[in-house]
Amino acid sequence: MMSEAGHNGTDQQSEKAVVFENVSLCFDEQVILDNLSFELDHGATKVFLGVAGSGKTTVLKLTLGLLRPDSGRIFVLGQEVTAMREKELFELRRRIGMVFQESALFDSQSVEGNVAFRLLEEKVPEEEIQRRASEALRFVEMEQTMKLFPAELSGGMRRRVAIARAIVSNPEVLLYDSPTAGLDPVTSTTIVELLIKQRDVYKTSALLVTHRLQDAFTMATHYFSPEQNKMLPVPRGWDWDSKTSFIVLNDSKKIFEGDAAEIANSDNQYIKEYLAL
Amino acid sequence: MAFSLTEYAKGNVLAVQEYSILSWRGLTNLFSQPRYLGDILQQMDTIGVGSLPIVILTGFFTGAVLALQSANSLARFGALSFTGQLVSMSMVRELGPVLTSLMVAGRNASGMASELGSMQVTEQIDAMRALGTDPTRKLVTPRLTATMFMLFFLTILSDLVGLAGGSVIALLLLRLDLNEYWTSAWQTLRYADIFMGLIKPVLFGFIIATIGCYYGLSAKGGTQGVGRATTQAVVAASVLILAVDLFVTRLLMVLLGPL
Repeated sequence: MMSEAGHNGTDQQSEKAVVFENVSLCFDEQVILDNLSFELDHGATKVFLGVAGSGKTTVLKLTLGLLRPDSGRIFVLGQEVTAMREKELFELRRRIGMVFQESALFDSQSVEGNVAFRLLEEKVPEEEIQRRASEALRFVEMEQTMKLFPAELSGGMRRRVAIARAIVSNPEVLLYDSPTAGLDPVTSTTIVELLIKQRDVYKTSALLVTHRLQDAFTMATHYFSPEQNKMLPVPRGWDWDSKTSFIVLNDSKKIFEGDAAEIANSDNQYIKEYLAL
Repeated sequence: MAFSLTEYAKGNVLAVQEYSILSWRGLTNLFSQPRYLGDILQQMDTIGVGSLPIVILTGFFTGAVLALQSANSLARFGALSFTGQLVSMSMVRELGPVLTSLMVAGRNASGMASELGSMQVTEQIDAMRALGTDPTRKLVTPRLTATMFMLFFLTILSDLVGLAGGSVIALLLLRLDLNEYWTSAWQTLRYADIFMGLIKPVLFGFIIATIGCYYGLSAKGGTQGVGRATTQAVVAASVLILAVDLFVTRLLMVLLGPL
């Protein structure tokens, strides 16, 4: 099993959903990521915070193998992404879901076509595609838009369809690229609620990139109640682990890693300023 | 200054390398799974059926003007009856393939560059890769196959319509016997001519599709970038068709023997 693919990591690397080891990347002269290392446990969520241009999106693209680092190693689901060829990566990518910042829906296809894209590629039987596509759209409460085209949807609706497209094949890891950017507060909350629902109901590992601090804190302080079908704040004194931690990137470097309480009490001057914004 | 010159050269070499890899993948994808038959048929419809009107029109008028011009020269030598031969040789060997390809390049290289370019700048190409689908398989190979296949048949059609255009001029303006026109047009053609005339569209189809897709996939910088990619694709494809035409013609002349 270990030698089958030839790119499997050690046991320790296989136990984690995502592992970055000393990853660096430059575009021309500009440093995008400088020696970044972190680990994401299965079922956990890691939130990347930072201002625009701090290399957050790059982390997600590196995880998927859409970009390659100049140095360092990346493991996803126990396989070394940095050692795999593009051809081999397509298999691995089917186990990962990504929500792009601008949704990146296929504009020549209907909502249903977008959501069912991966299932069609995998030659899933027709009835099952129907069932799973409507299930995914029901999850994001967009079932009624099945026959519409992306151009007919609002920004928030497009973001929700993008989430449905990412989760339709039950991925083991989800990557969210600023899913609430440019949305009004009400819609943002709806999206964050979906992220929490995915985390607590399906226990999917996730990397979330955002520059909105309130979203990150909501992720850490809320849980999803299946009975009431909505997210609720975690009551005081509850022994409950949100499995959500934070990484702050500044100037292409990791300057903080820890949970919600630690970031709120951090002494770092930059983080204090960032939190005060 | 010297620095920027190396950068410039490097950039160009890199572009040629990327273009070659894309072309190679586009072709070899055909020989392994998954194949997108539905997409191939859809592209055949867009490229082949969609180009019918312009190909027929250009073919007809080219053949007609060719008859008119050559009759003018031939009459000086008292060789007006050779009009059919001249039209057929020129159409089949040269003008049919080249003009059809230039028309299809204008119509479809631009279409491909703008479609794939828009997908590139809106991250749809990345999204496709993220969904585990190879864009060269899903987007490039169907366009490449469809263009090469359909251009072959479009050229045959264009040759025929061109001869018909010539015959209209021969009959109405030159007062030639139609039977004589068609017989001489037909009899002058040899297998070498037809071979040359039909190998070209396959090559040109390859150029149109790979250039269109390459410029589309390497588009950068929003709508303006897409516009630039579209223009460059048409220009590059047209120039490349004409340049390759010269070399292929010479090569085939050597290979197939003097005529």
